[in-house]
Amino acid sequence: MSVRGGGTASILVLCLLLLCNAVQSLALDVPDLKGRVNDYATLLSPATEASLESVLESLESSDSTQIVVLTIKSLQGDSLEQFSLRVVEDWKIGQQGLDNGVLLLVARDDRKIRIEVGYGLEGTLTDLTTGRIIRNVISPKFRQGDFNQGIIDGIGAIVATVRGEFTADASGRPASSSRADPGGLLTSLIFIFFIFGSLLRRSKLAAAAAGGTLSLLLGFLLFGITGLALLFLIPIGAIGGLAAATLAGSAGGAVSRTGYGGGFGRSSGGFGGGFSGGGGGFGGGGASGGW
Amino acid sequence: MKVFSRIGFLLVLSLLFSGCGYNSLQMKEEQVFKAWADVEATLQRRADLIPNLVATVKGYASHERETLEAVVNARAKATSVQLKPEDLSNQAAMQQLAAAQGGLTSALSRLMVVVERYPDLKANQNFLDLQNQLEGTENRINVARQRYNAAVEDFNGSIRRFPQSLTNSLLLKLDRKEYYKADESAQMAPQVNFN
Repeated sequence: MSVRGGGTASILVLCLLLLCNAVQSLALDVPDLKGRVNDYATLLSPATEASLESVLESLESSDSTQIVVLTIKSLQGDSLEQFSLRVVEDWKIGQQGLDNGVLLLVARDDRKIRIEVGYGLEGTLTDLTTGRIIRNVISPKFRQGDFNQGIIDGIGAIVATVRGEFTADASGRPASSSRADPGGLLTSLIFIFFIFGSLLRRSKLAAAAAGGTLSLLLGFLLFGITGLALLFLIPIGAIGGLAAATLAGSAGGAVSRTGYGGGFGRSSGGFGGGFSGGGGGFGGGGASGGW
Repeated sequence: MKVFSRIGFLLVLSLLFSGCGYNSLQMKEEQVFKAWADVEATLQRRADLIPNLVATVKGYASHERETLEAVVNARAKATSVQLKPEDLSNQAAMQQLAAAQGGLTSALSRLMVVVERYPDLKANQNFLDLQNQLEGTENRINVARQRYNAAVEDFNGSIRRFPQSLTNSLLLKLDRKEYYKADESAQMAPQVNFN
């Protein structure tokens, strides 16, 4: 009986695993961002790749606009638009705040082309323009089997359209707002140090007790720590409370001057090492086509 | 000294509030509102495209009156249903909007199938441009809808999670938001019939 039950259970588990696999294979993985030209379907010659890289690099250095080419062998049943959006959401092409990124995606076996346009360029590189570039510039060359010229001309048309929309000087990355608001939390913590400072004058025990209680509360409320781990927080907090009290008591305002130096900004395209997206946003603008 | 400890008490209280999600819940609700504004903007964009599209198709396929009228009527119905931010918690209102927009989607896709019979129209540059814009807009609607649903999932999840659930039931009393589900009639692909 138990053997049979175990057998059924293992078959069920196997079925579930297979199901998971099936679901996963539907959504195509986003490939790695290797550079401005990511030729995973080997459609391009090395000379084309080099010339595209230099054209796109000079565009970014003058305009800060990032254009990236991706060719893949097959979508493996995935939807072109959804895959394209996943790629740009992952690569974050374009500068943060300007959202001036463009992806030219070619799926070889599906014979599909998509130009995905970032929010910041939707005004100049409209759906209409991208549709025309695909229809009138890229597709005719692809139909003749000339992938190199098709992509060179397509990128040329995109670059001609977007050039001058942004300038590199204007890209001065706007201060990024972090979602978790660690600044606010830190300010509160610094003020709590001062409360410990004032408590110290009365009693060290009170400072330790306050530290222990606070660490317990913080651990539970902010970090969701439960169970025995919470008990360990009490002595840690107590010691922390004592130390903070001593610090605040003796050094006065020193704690407040220990500013928060860490930056959150995501660095944009580094030319020395690799190439990386600058944090641009996309909202599904652009056009799709085929050949 | 008394003032000092009072300030300290207030600060501790504010820290506890942020730990209980008093701030984050409200920010998450704002994100839902913002995501909904994006959805509405893309829906409006589609509605704005339709008169042009209908006029272009009419020039080539004037005897497809029924299909064209269906699109015009569906557009009128879809633009008449608007949701205010407080309606996002109202299931009936959301369903009404999803049904109206879904009706427009299916009327449009029927029109696009009918158009296949007119090679002159399909070669028309103006029509191809409009078709690109329509496809782009439909894609934007999908993206905005997915992002709205993700924001709603995040918000609904956090008002049910402890301790935010307590903060919400005692202090904020924010309602859970409705998902924008694609209408069932819109999901059916239109039948191609060349008779």
